[in-house]
Amino acid sequence: MTITVSMSVNGKQVAADVEPRTLLVQYLRENLRLTGTHVGCDTSQCGACVVHVNGESLKSCTLLAVQAQGADVTTVEGLANGDELHPMQEAFRQNHGLQCGFCTPGMLMSALDLVKNNPDPSDREVREWLEGNLCRCTGYQNIVKSIIAGAASMRGEHV
Amino acid sequence: MYEFNYHRPESLEAAAALIENGDDPKIVAGGMTLLPTMKQRLAAPSDLIDLAGVGGLGGVSVDAQSVTIGAMVRHVEVERSAEIRAAIPALSELAGLIGDPQVRNRGTMGGSVVNADPAADYPAAVLALKGTVVTPTREIAADAFFVELFETALEENELLTAVRFARPQYAAYMKFPNPASRYAVVGVMVAQFDDGVRVAVTGAGPCAFRVPAMEVALDKDFDASAIEGISVDDDNLNADIHASAEYRAHLVGVMARRAVTAAKGR
Repeated sequence: MTITVSMSVNGKQVAADVEPRTLLVQYLRENLRLTGTHVGCDTSQCGACVVHVNGESLKSCTLLAVQAQGADVTTVEGLANGDELHPMQEAFRQNHGLQCGFCTPGMLMSALDLVKNNPDPSDREVREWLEGNLCRCTGYQNIVKSIIAGAASMRGEHV
Repeated sequence: MYEFNYHRPESLEAAAALIENGDDPKIVAGGMTLLPTMKQRLAAPSDLIDLAGVGGLGGVSVDAQSVTIGAMVRHVEVERSAEIRAAIPALSELAGLIGDPQVRNRGTMGGSVVNADPAADYPAAVLALKGTVVTPTREIAADAFFVELFETALEENELLTAVRFARPQYAAYMKFPNPASRYAVVGVMVAQFDDGVRVAVTGAGPCAFRVPAMEVALDKDFDASAIEGISVDDDNLNADIHASAEYRAHLVGVMARRAVTAAKGR
């Protein structure tokens, strides 16, 4: 059985015939070649695969592509405006919010979902929100710093 | 993951027909447990019937006596609903402790209750808040609902459409989470009603259960000190690498006392 699935990814309408068992992350990486979304654990623990589906952060390793039928999907590739990084990406760069970078796409997508509902999060709120995102390099310290700085920048505050 | 056929019916009747005609069908709500289980090939349904397109399963209604939550209402909605938080704050708090934000954005109340994972949070609320499980054909009281490990009073593929929770005077949920998965090693909800106190435990046994000895003691004196000496028998409790049965029994007492104190503080 294959199903024709169509959705909007980073503002572009896409469609393909997929097996129902195709995960959204597979569809993004293998069909659309959007390899910014990573597969870390493949067991919904690590958060490297976090994307936005209809504006909310989800783990794309635990969603079938067919379940995103008609949805509006944003991946990390959809954040920057040409060569200009999104303020949250810029904040990660400025604050050394990454080392190896493997978890970073998921961290960014997760952070933006937090900031959408909580534009001025505290250190503790950021840490609690990152429950589903694992980083094995940074010890989180600079990720938290980056997210707080990114949120400030998105509020229009100079940091 | 093995191959399967995917269906997205738009009514309960259409879903029921697909269940009836499927070889080995399985219903999916949020899929936060089912999809990982299928990826591990521990489940291999012939047909996956997605309830996402079925109307009428996503509502919340609150009246003077109860809060009714539709099967497809996601944890994040219960966590953030001002209406639910005002009526039963403990229920919103419990939903906010499930998994992580991405799991709460997708996982549903109905999926969690039907799955009856021994370490899930919702079963404690269903039992403590005199939950009534609603299906298209019947209503099942919480006390008759949780039967065994991953087993409920529902028939195979019987659909849960909503759960009605009674509004207590005070309630609180306390859990000792597994630090990695956030599943409850032990979670206890304590709820005080006009006609008595209910103490419900998840994580500790094969399925959620009440602790009558604590309820009787708290009926007389709703204070943590009233249950100081009451312990649960560890004979039938879960034991794994995270906690022994004896430790879980101990945690039941600790979480119950904390929940009483938190409920009193409201």
